[in-house]
Amino acid sequence: MTNVVEMTGVVKRFGKVTALDGLDLTVAQGEVHGFLGPNGAGKSTTLRLLLGMLRSDGGSLQVLGLDPWRNVATLHRRLAYVPGDVALWPNLTGGEVIDLLGRLQGGQDPARRDDLLKMFDLDPTKKARAYSKGNRQKVALIAALATDAEVFLLDEPTSGLDPLMEDAFRGCVRELREQGRTVLLSSHILSEAEALSDRLSIIRAGKVVETGPLQQLRHLTRTSVTADVTTVPQGLELLTGVHDVVVAGQRISAQVEPSGLAPLMQALTAAGLHTLTSQPPTLEDLFLRHYGTNTTKAPAGAATSNPGHSNHG
Amino acid sequence: MGETLAGTGTLVRLGLRRDRWLLSLWILGFAAMAGSSASAGAGLFPDVASRIAAAETINATASMVALFGRVYDPTSLGALSMIKYTAFMTAVLAVLMVFVTIRHTRADEESGQLELLSGGRLGRNAPLAAALVISFGASLVLGLASGGALAATGLPAAGSFAFGLGWAATGMAFSAVAGLGAQLTTSARAATGLGVIVIAITYVLRAVGDLAQPGPSALSWLSPIGWNQQIRAYAGDNWWVLFLPLALCAALVPVTFFLRARRDLGAGLGEQRPGPAHGSLQGVWDLAVRLQFRMLAAWAVAVVLFGVVIGSLAGNVSQFLTSPNSQDLMKKLGGAQALTDAFMAAEIAIMGILAAAYGLGAVNHLRSEETAGHTEALLGTATTRARWATSHYVAALGGVALLMLLTGLSVGVGAGLALHDGSQVGRITLASLAQIPAAWVITSMALAIFGWAPRLTTAVWGLLVVFIALGEFGVLWNAPQWLMDLSPFQHSPLLPVGSGGVVSLVALIVTACVLAALGYAGWSRRDLTA
Ligand SMILES: Nc1ncnc2c1ncn2[C@@H]1O[C@H](COP(=O)(O)OP(=O)(O)O)[C@@H](O)[C@H]1O
Ligand SMILES: [Mg+2]
Repeated sequence: MTNVVEMTGVVKRFGKVTALDGLDLTVAQGEVHGFLGPNGAGKSTTLRLLLGMLRSDGGSLQVLGLDPWRNVATLHRRLAYVPGDVALWPNLTGGEVIDLLGRLQGGQDPARRDDLLKMFDLDPTKKARAYSKGNRQKVALIAALATDAEVFLLDEPTSGLDPLMEDAFRGCVRELREQGRTVLLSSHILSEAEALSDRLSIIRAGKVVETGPLQQLRHLTRTSVTADVTTVPQGLELLTGVHDVVVAGQRISAQVEPSGLAPLMQALTAAGLHTLTSQPPTLEDLFLRHYGTNTTKAPAGAATSNPGHSNHG
Repeated sequence: MGETLAGTGTLVRLGLRRDRWLLSLWILGFAAMAGSSASAGAGLFPDVASRIAAAETINATASMVALFGRVYDPTSLGALSMIKYTAFMTAVLAVLMVFVTIRHTRADEESGQLELLSGGRLGRNAPLAAALVISFGASLVLGLASGGALAATGLPAAGSFAFGLGWAATGMAFSAVAGLGAQLTTSARAATGLGVIVIAITYVLRAVGDLAQPGPSALSWLSPIGWNQQIRAYAGDNWWVLFLPLALCAALVPVTFFLRARRDLGAGLGEQRPGPAHGSLQGVWDLAVRLQFRMLAAWAVAVVLFGVVIGSLAGNVSQFLTSPNSQDLMKKLGGAQALTDAFMAAEIAIMGILAAAYGLGAVNHLRSEETAGHTEALLGTATTRARWATSHYVAALGGVALLMLLTGLSVGVGAGLALHDGSQVGRITLASLAQIPAAWVITSMALAIFGWAPRLTTAVWGLLVVFIALGEFGVLWNAPQWLMDLSPFQHSPLLPVGSGGVVSLVALIVTACVLAALGYAGWSRRDLTA
């Protein structure tokens, strides 16, 4: 298996801020690679370096065996990119922008374009001025997905999409994988990256701190479970994979590793379970536990974390 | 009303903070310019006889009258010293006030900054109110400072403050015009363009009005810049005229707030109509033309109108010179043809500067597209940096050339009709085309700055103003020759264009190429920034 992206020890500075501080990242051909990190960790900077929009200050990086700074034209014919913050020309319609970007990319499949418009429920006759953030993102996604690029670089592509559209997007990514194309997908939402990726890399303050296939990273994640029971059972904290058990009246909450879920459920069912809520692990929990730091306190001048922002219009 | 204005004070403070350098520089610059010109005038025209001679020459020369207006009291030192500032620099001041007002209204709306702030406790009318407070306040301070600077040179205090308050009131009037324009358009670029076109029209109105015999005709009184001249500072001090620009503000401001109340944040007045579902834009070149076309079309219309008016004045130039003295002077200068040529040459040179301003604005699309994030989407495709930069750069060069061609043809046709001489079209068009290389130098300079210091792209406007000022006032200021030679406009051949101009034209084109090459080199080396 060849590597589509190879980065070793990449450094990128903006004045006094070190955005990437010796970053190593490899993305293999044909995989969906989740690139996970809190806001300000350096995800967008990494993608822009891979596109030749920024110039690295150290280390080596290659995309499809080429230097992205020097071989922009040849490389970009084989890449498709969706920026994290999609800005469009206010006077052009969504349809015009999709076609323009498609032509600049070297052609797109018109049938596929129309399917994608339907799938994402986007009105291509509206002026970009009238689009919400989510709709602007759809324009860039459709323009990218309608091309026959080999490699897709997607920067937090779902951050403005509603859940229904997120589903449509996940379907598209799976389709790309079946076709053997490579996807590098950045995100600050752990569950999203988990749902789609073959392999994950976790970036914090400009460094990749964890990388591997999903199963290998499973041990890092814990589901947060809250249950109301009739009688509180004893010794829950002794079960393997069950942590931080807190009992308040009839209510039990705990942090559970994947391996601890089955024994815990058995114990709770036996205790007369009425209600159960479980929350997927979040990136913030993971950081707190494994790196002893809150994401918001990442060093190297990284920006503050701001999860859960949304924008609809 | 109180609720809709909530937060105005905060916004005013924020705006003053953002613009503290810009506004202080302009205010100091204008006050210093006024003061230094007044003291230079005192040295140049020491006695009444020299003033009368100079004033009569100005009043008798059509190009001077068209460009600067008349001296209404030939014995007044102040009226003579400030002649170039009464209309010409007032127009520059008006452009600056349009910039400031648009910057705090439509530009902030477009970039989404106001949306961010509107989430806080901010009334609907607060941004507009704050923008007007800032630009009105800046106009007033600028006017008072300039009046003070003039009085300090020993000119009569009444005239000095009549002059300064004239600047203040005119600045306010054009701020109000810009505020209205910001409601009618949907982009800062279009709003600024609209404001500049209004200024150009009012300037032409007063030029034509001032040329009428005798004295200003009704056309001058239709123009706010004309009003500023009719205050006649140091030549009667018509204080009541100050009432006209203030009345214009009083009329426009309520209309502006009314229109603001009828539209959504970010929207223009017109309804959003659906557009085509499929695009016809084939690539970055089409996109650049599409983005620049409207502005170019507006400029082209303005240039043709201005050109025909100027051209048709050609027949009158020598008739203005009626006194025996000036008839004598005319013969010495080479007869009626030479005087007509000098007038045409001056007008064509101004058009060359305007075309350079167009080219500068057009090439600055590069930076505005980059900061808007549009460039990131384009460079994510197979488009190279050089190709994208070339699209806007070449479109800007082409626009400049087109404007000068239209200038030449329209001035030429106007003059040909007025003088019953068809051969004017060819020679005037040639003279007009000869202004293109200097304008291209300015356009290429903007590309160079874009490549190496993208955050300074708007500073090129300042450089353009410096070049214009050096051309207009360099001699008056005793500026050293090498400094004046820095301005590319200094090297453009003038009518009648002979073979002697070829060398400087080639030099200008080489300079433009070098600047462009520098720009490309910088752009291909630097990070994409937002
Ligand atoms: N153009 C820039 N100039 C200065 N600092 C920047 C620039 N771009 C990014 N940064 C800084 O680099 C760090 C990484 O940013 P970014 O890659 O955008 O993070 P992410 O996409 O993971 O949220 C942040 O601290 C950010 O403030
Ligand atoms: Mg980002």
